[in-house]
Amino acid sequence: MTALLSIRDLTVTYRRDGSEVAALKHVSLDVAAGERFAIIGESGSGKSTLALAIAGLLPGSSKVGGSIVWKLPNLRSPHSFAPPSVLPDISPTRGEIGSSVAGTPPAALEIGESGNDSAISPQVGEMSGRTEGGATDRQPASLRDHTPLGGRDIGFVFQDPSASLDPVMAVGEQVAEVAHTHLGLTWSQSYAKAKTLLERVRLPDPDAALRAYPHQLSGGQKQRVAIAAAIAAGPKLLIADEATSALDTIVQAEIVALIRQLVAEDGMTLLFVSHDIALAAELAERIAVFRHGELVELGATAQIIASPRHAYTRALLDAHLGLDTEPLLQQAGASR
Amino acid sequence: MSSPILAISGLTKRYRRGSRTIAAVDDISFHIEPGETLALAGPSGSGKSTIARLVLRLIEPDAGHIEFEGGDFLSLNGAVLRARRAHLQMVFQDPLAAFNPRASVARVLDDPLRIHGIAARSERPRRIAALLERVGLSADLAARAIHEISGGQRQRIAIARAIATNPSLIVLDEAVSALDVSVRRQILQLLLDLQRQERIAYLFISHDLGVISAIAHHVVILDAGRVAESGNARTVIGAPQSAIGKALVAAAPKLNRTSTQGAADRQ
Amino acid sequence: MNPLRRFLRAREAVAGAIILVALFAMALTASLFFPGDPQAIAGPALLPPFQDWSLPLGTDRLGRDVMAELFHGAGTSLVVGLAAAAAALAVGAIVGTLAGFAGGLVDEVLMRITDAFQTVPSFLLALAFVSIVGPSLGVVVTAIALGAWTGPARVARAEVLSIRERDFVAGARVIGMHPLEIAFREVLPNALPPVLALSSVIVAAAILTEAALSFLGLGDPNRVTWGGMIAEGRAVLRTAPFLSIIPGVALVLTVLGVYLAGEGVVETTAVRRSLS
Repeated sequence: MTALLSIRDLTVTYRRDGSEVAALKHVSLDVAAGERFAIIGESGSGKSTLALAIAGLLPGSSKVGGSIVWKLPNLRSPHSFAPPSVLPDISPTRGEIGSSVAGTPPAALEIGESGNDSAISPQVGEMSGRTEGGATDRQPASLRDHTPLGGRDIGFVFQDPSASLDPVMAVGEQVAEVAHTHLGLTWSQSYAKAKTLLERVRLPDPDAALRAYPHQLSGGQKQRVAIAAAIAAGPKLLIADEATSALDTIVQAEIVALIRQLVAEDGMTLLFVSHDIALAAELAERIAVFRHGELVELGATAQIIASPRHAYTRALLDAHLGLDTEPLLQQAGASR
Repeated sequence: MSSPILAISGLTKRYRRGSRTIAAVDDISFHIEPGETLALAGPSGSGKSTIARLVLRLIEPDAGHIEFEGGDFLSLNGAVLRARRAHLQMVFQDPLAAFNPRASVARVLDDPLRIHGIAARSERPRRIAALLERVGLSADLAARAIHEISGGQRQRIAIARAIATNPSLIVLDEAVSALDVSVRRQILQLLLDLQRQERIAYLFISHDLGVISAIAHHVVILDAGRVAESGNARTVIGAPQSAIGKALVAAAPKLNRTSTQGAADRQ
Repeated sequence: MNPLRRFLRAREAVAGAIILVALFAMALTASLFFPGDPQAIAGPALLPPFQDWSLPLGTDRLGRDVMAELFHGAGTSLVVGLAAAAAALAVGAIVGTLAGFAGGLVDEVLMRITDAFQTVPSFLLALAFVSIVGPSLGVVVTAIALGAWTGPARVARAEVLSIRERDFVAGARVIGMHPLEIAFREVLPNALPPVLALSSVIVAAAILTEAALSFLGLGDPNRVTWGGMIAEGRAVLRTAPFLSIIPGVALVLTVLGVYLAGEGVVETTAVRRSLS
């Protein structure tokens, strides 16, 4: 198992009304290339902050400490840095997001002044380029080109597809734009790609969907479009942040099945952020449980579900109300 | 057998969308006995929330009857309707949107007591403190603003407001869907305790069969505005007959806590 | 505390606020510094400014103290501007809320009335109203408010239309609240911020309208007004231009001050709203 990214001692604080709120506290974990990794927790657990930090989408006012180090096996050369409308551009200069290349000769990577970042071994023991307490704007420009780019190397699917899609742009154009921006395709190639993608996410009528506007689609269909846009550039990592929470159970199951299939077909790594431990267990191979900004428990899905070590994980499992759970209501007295 | 607290028959509500007319609710009939929970289940767009709004007379049906506490509810109007509303309350999905953003907890709970003349002005602060205690909150919370308290606390306040007028039926429209799982369970427990103590009937609307099987006596499964099937909640969910019922059961996330699923997946 | 600090950081807003404070000070101290009738003769006619330090801004054609007139006129401008704007905002908010909340026929009727008022130029409306009823402070305020309430009414209605669909309004109906109480206690306060954002423009426009009415001789004859002073100076514009220039500058500064300070308040509260 090779790691895709290593998170070490990640701390994120937001400033709110003059006081600092720690959203993540000293989180360390590795995400392996090609795995389906779930981050679960309740509101305020920091799970979305972690997803945003990995994608480089944290708001500018947040303070970041620790490191997120990427090991992208085949880093493509950058095409264009025009930010796509669907996926906000990553800004790797916030916090310290380094990049190293495993499997390719070091010569393939031009390193700027801070060449020590390239010395990080894929096994990751000690972080050489690590700094504490919110390193900002210290990434040299030449290195920036080799850090993962949102939309190209990371696909992000948000909870609310109506908010993440542009309401006045045809969905075909929104998907094509990602391909155009990151793959260097012509517009006609991009539209052809968009159509293939809309077929892949199984929209009922891809030709019509290309010209449809978001308000003409149902919530589930919009989320399919958002997924198509997220995978348009063939990212290494797909982050789904509560991507099914706004949908009803049936559509949720369909979207989860779709994500599972796409991830398998494209060999993507999946980061599945959810509040629902049962849903995460159906999809992920490993689960990380968060609470109040701290990593509570991390393990293989089967172990987390069958023999949780932490009391909080057990409490989350006990709180789950499934069809097989003993009903809270005693049915004995009920009659009609 | 007592007479039902709510009986609706042939309820229909149509919407015009462009040139077409769509029946959001199409000839729906069911009834709820006092002190029982009837759940409306179905995917989004199946008409669950429209039924809730029709039952509460927030919108008017195109056809059908609603009988509440043995009387024709649709014929009531003006002051008579407003007075009768004391017995028929609602808890919304999003507890933040359900309250005036400028209100304090005290004002939210004061309104129903004042409007229905349940307590004199001087007695109301004590009533409010008692209501807060009933839903498991501290009486100090009364002075806080709605936007200052947590989502779980807000939903308890929503329940406190709903029970302030001693209703016989509360409509719960996805009332626990937006809550964290641990809070969700506590709120469901609170609802069950209140039902046991006060014999309140619930019309419980949810797309989550797990929650429904935990607290409902009966379930009506809706599909595109029509009843797909109905009956005892455990029976229907245990062995659904309709296609939509089967789809809902299949789609519900299942936790198999003893098996080693996923391990095989990993290899 | 925070919004105040943010307000103080905006330089234009602070400049506006300083002008307004000076204006209020002038209005409040007018009868202290210049007791008695400002329209009484105080010295020789047409004395230029800065000649006689007991009459620092000189005198007009009838020998009245320009400084005293300026101070007393400040009060008139402020009273008329604020009262007319308050009346316009109140009427507009109430009409807009009723129209938006009630809908149907009530909405139709109220909005057609609003259209009717809006199609007549507001200054002509004020002019006609004052000429018929006769000039007095109350009539001038009413006349200006008549032409200014339609904007707030439209903004309030649009806001109410979106607010009335929200869950908390349904919640208020479910607990049996009377529709009028829902409209004015639940909906209206939440619809107010964008309506109040119009107030700086309305106050500034009202001050200008009052000056224009007075200029045309339709102001309250028993009060000194800046518009009246400009009109007075017009006859001797060639020989004594200061008689028109001094109240004119005062008017420009006042309108500017109201506008800048008002915008500052709107901006700081808007930031706070978007943060919360």
